[in-house]
Amino acid sequence: MKNIHRFLLIFFFIASAVPAFASDEHDQHAHHDTHKKEKFEPGNFIMDHIADAYDWHILSYKDKHVSVPLPVIVISEQSGFHMFMSSKFHHGHDAYKGFYIAQEGEFRGKVVEKINGHEVRPFDISMTKNVVALLISMIILLWVFISVAKAYTKRKGQAPKGMQSLMEPLILFVRDEIAKPAIGEKKYEKYMPFLLTIFFFIWLNNLMGLVPLIPGGANVTGNITITMVLALFTFIITTVNGNKNYWVHIFNTPGVPWWLKFPVPLMPLVELMGVFTKPFVLMVRLFANITAGHMIVLAFVSLIFIFGQISPMLGYGTSVISVLFVIFMDMLELLVALIQAYVFTLLSALYFGMATEEHH
Amino acid sequence: MGLVTPELGTFIWMFLAFAIVLFILKKFAWKPILNALKEREESIEDALRSADRAKEEMAELQADNERILQEARKEREGMLKEAKEMSTKIVNEAKQKATQEADKLVESARANIESEKAAALNEIKAQVANLSVEIAEKVLRQQFAEDQQQKDYFKKLMDEVKLN
Repeated sequence: MKNIHRFLLIFFFIASAVPAFASDEHDQHAHHDTHKKEKFEPGNFIMDHIADAYDWHILSYKDKHVSVPLPVIVISEQSGFHMFMSSKFHHGHDAYKGFYIAQEGEFRGKVVEKINGHEVRPFDISMTKNVVALLISMIILLWVFISVAKAYTKRKGQAPKGMQSLMEPLILFVRDEIAKPAIGEKKYEKYMPFLLTIFFFIWLNNLMGLVPLIPGGANVTGNITITMVLALFTFIITTVNGNKNYWVHIFNTPGVPWWLKFPVPLMPLVELMGVFTKPFVLMVRLFANITAGHMIVLAFVSLIFIFGQISPMLGYGTSVISVLFVIFMDMLELLVALIQAYVFTLLSALYFGMATEEHH
Repeated sequence: MGLVTPELGTFIWMFLAFAIVLFILKKFAWKPILNALKEREESIEDALRSADRAKEEMAELQADNERILQEARKEREGMLKEAKEMSTKIVNEAKQKATQEADKLVESARANIESEKAAALNEIKAQVANLSVEIAEKVLRQQFAEDQQQKDYFKKLMDEVKLN
């Protein structure tokens, strides 16, 4: 207990010293284009942290920005294929080969070019922060699970050890608590690779998103495109594996009065919409949960700067409370990280179960 | 708003990366892991089942042993009983034989004694007769040494005969 008290004391001392630097940083960061002190805008501050970016920002101090440049790959309708490092933009201040990062408007934060006086988005396959974080997490997944698999073949018939014994209960959890009850004892095996992959992918990226430093800090699972691809995979697998019973259920739902199906196919329409809303809801749920968590944490941090602008002392005072709340939120987010991975996997498994259910 | 608009570039990256990782993990991670887990579970189940079977066999064996022991005990008892019976029978027979023999001996001894006795008596009788004859001879000789006396006696004998 005594140690915890001491730790908290030191922590708050450091935490309350942060705004002195941080207020500068975020003034600069949120307003790349203006160098004079401007009003702190929490909205932009939060959005800039949640949204994807072309470089991996580490910190800014006064006028200096430290960030990892990432490759920008664009194909313009006018000038064709271009590939260059994002450092060419000088943190968004400069244009390069006619491309620049929009500071406001519809394409805020995205690479655009001017064609006939209009801001136009080129075909953009840049390796953004999210893409790089995604690839890093993929490499971690591959490395961890291939080495675990190796351990299984190497230590055949022996008790699990190390990473293997850490992952085994999780794998068994996905198999015995998600796949088997949702899909059924007979058919679950076919879907295990996908379920395990999304479970560990979502969980790992949720956790990495909570780590504020590189290679964490990217909002991968809070990115609608990422969750969209995950949901799309679930949708494709569900649709491809749907058996006769599944389609009959959609187009000729049993136990429903005939006048709901003919002449106006009300029920089939509702059921068909359900086919698309299910993965849509999967996509939105994961995106919203993770993004909301990040927003709350960032909002608490913003409070420090808002009060810090009123009076530095008020900023110090607020930082203690804010940091407490941020710690609380991070604890909660740790839980949410697992729960959302579980929910996404479980619902996917349930949809697979529905698609392959036999007539009874 | 930018936050909820999917990005085509990110979509392509994510789709490719996820598909590739899914494929690699499926082939090189999940398959071996799940197979190993299944194998291990099966081997554990097998081991448990065979342990159960061994237990059953053990119990059966024990029951068998018990039964054999019981049988052996019964057999022993039977044998002991039989032996006892045999021995008593033998003893009894021997006793009977002995008694018979003894009886026979006694009988023959008795007969012997009887015959000896008879012989002895006969001898004694003969001896007594001889002695009496001798004594009578001697007495008579003495008494009939004188004529008168002889005459008297004759007379007396004659008298007796006459009377008859």
